[in-house]
Amino acid sequence: MTTASTELRIERETQALEDRVRFRRLDVDDAMPVCGAGLSAFCLVWLVYERLTPLSGGLGFWLSWYGVFLAVHWLVVRERSGPLAAADRLATVVLTTAGLCLLVPLTLIVGYTAYRGWAALRPTFFVKDLRYTGSLSKATDGGGAHAIVGTLEQVGLAVLISVPLGVATAVFLNEVGGRLARPVRLIVDTMSAIPSIVAGLFIFAVIVLTFGQNGFAGALALSVLMLPTVTRTSEVVLRLVPGGLREASLALGASEWRTTRDVVLPTARPGLATAVILGVARAIGETAPLLLTIGGAFVMNADPFHGKQDALPYFVYRLIRFPQNAQVQRAWTGALVLLALVLVLFVIARIIGGRGPGHAGPFKRRRRRRLDMKEHA
Amino acid sequence: MSATVQTLPATSSRRGLGIAPARLTARAVSAWFGDHKVLERVSLDMAPRRVTALIGPSGCGKSTFLRILNRMHELVPSASLAGTVELDGLDIYRGPRSTTETRKRIGMVFQKPNPFPAMSVADNVLSGLKLSRMKLSSRAERRELVEHALGRAGLWNEVKSRLETPGGALSGGQQQRLCIARALAVRPQVLLMDEPCSALDPTSTRRIEDTIAEISEEVTVVIVTHNMQQAQRVSHDCAFFLAGENEPGYIVESGTTEKMFSEPDDTRTLDYVRGRFG
Repeated sequence: MTTASTELRIERETQALEDRVRFRRLDVDDAMPVCGAGLSAFCLVWLVYERLTPLSGGLGFWLSWYGVFLAVHWLVVRERSGPLAAADRLATVVLTTAGLCLLVPLTLIVGYTAYRGWAALRPTFFVKDLRYTGSLSKATDGGGAHAIVGTLEQVGLAVLISVPLGVATAVFLNEVGGRLARPVRLIVDTMSAIPSIVAGLFIFAVIVLTFGQNGFAGALALSVLMLPTVTRTSEVVLRLVPGGLREASLALGASEWRTTRDVVLPTARPGLATAVILGVARAIGETAPLLLTIGGAFVMNADPFHGKQDALPYFVYRLIRFPQNAQVQRAWTGALVLLALVLVLFVIARIIGGRGPGHAGPFKRRRRRRLDMKEHA
Repeated sequence: MSATVQTLPATSSRRGLGIAPARLTARAVSAWFGDHKVLERVSLDMAPRRVTALIGPSGCGKSTFLRILNRMHELVPSASLAGTVELDGLDIYRGPRSTTETRKRIGMVFQKPNPFPAMSVADNVLSGLKLSRMKLSSRAERRELVEHALGRAGLWNEVKSRLETPGGALSGGQQQRLCIARALAVRPQVLLMDEPCSALDPTSTRRIEDTIAEISEEVTVVIVTHNMQQAQRVSHDCAFFLAGENEPGYIVESGTTEKMFSEPDDTRTLDYVRGRFG
């Protein structure tokens, strides 16, 4: 043991002395043309804009700068390394820009929400509701506990309804198939285009008019929206399971149901977790289907089956329209908590879905322990 | 190699379905995909305790024939067939046995290694029992079966310390031997192998050939191979398939491997085994 670790250390030290060629390292030769082209393009555009022509305006300036920068950079690299390398570099620069541009709105949304919401974020936000909070109370008074509970319950119920249904439909489409598969797939695709307010209206007409507004009605409306996302994503994931595995299972004498249950679904588990994530992502921020179904409340109601409930998006939607700054502040804090909630749920889904094979969860471990005990007894 | 292969423990010889290797007889088997006929009245007797090799150029219906032998052919939606296949005298298509029962008795190893990625090495070996609802009462019995099956496949010594790692983490040759162990764990009467070594290196190929020699005492082996030396090394009997252009495949001749490779009746067989065409 000791000798082995000593050997390992010596090996590691010798490795450190070796002169290694490193790929993909940022090279001065690559970085200099970018910086130089950027600088020279800036000077050139500034000269044209500010001194030679009566042009003005920030957007035009920066767009021109980017165009000139690309041209200069291309010319410089072409002079140094030839046209092939120049085209390659140009593509790299353009694609990097595109990637950065896509990051900008995301960062802005998350950053701005965090900035606006942070001010009134107190631990009490997670435990208090708005029962004793009026329009003129301070922004740090009260909290959104009732909305958090409402959102978790509604989305949780929606997951319980739509995931089994969606995965079952995907299994039907992919493993059973037949003549009915095409119309079912068409209907699922059409369902994904249902405007969310229409889903809310549908549940309003079918459920709410009879049973009244409650969290479960909201969950049903969310399920209508989640179902096509979960189904289509699951179907794609199931299609990725190699046919060889199904054949291997059938060749061992398994029935088709056992093959699906014990081979296909476990193999697709990480992908199915993604399907659930996408479904939740579709539903958790929806306000429109909840407008007509949950009713909204300022008071904690943990029972999703009776009485009106609140949800975080609905909470934000109502409070942001108040004229009082404190209420608006509370709405931003609600938005920030909603973002954080999404993040937490995604991390949980990733952990559950991404566990490696042979991993023993709490249930399996308990069962193993029980079997061990039985054997010893 | 033979040191790693364990002999059958007395207790496990009665376990599972396989009581003895069985005789597999195909009579005038024809096969179609849609309207396209791919096999023309193929008749072949695959004797117990012998290894039968199916040889012939690509696209002459060897794999289709092999898949017909354990009812995998019907998984293709447009597939159909004629003729009979008998397992110890009982027709597997019209007989009393269910499809799953037939497949349990006639195991299969595929060209591409396909261990279940969501299962550990040990679970892969036991998967056949789990999937076909055969019960093993105690964990000791399971462990014994895992060790025995992996031992038969010549893999036990390499993986005994990592039985809980995923099956996909093994090398290609190890994965294929894991698949053989998985098929053997159900204790089938017949084992079909569809070019089991075509994706493997010579060392792994050698080991699998040793495995085939070892298990042929307990199970009837039918192997499709493109490798003439392999057919010569592992098989006792041989069947030579051939197909004309856009015509269904048929058996040119079959017989003992020795005869097929030295003095076959048909000159095309001689040309093929000598590597002069195909």
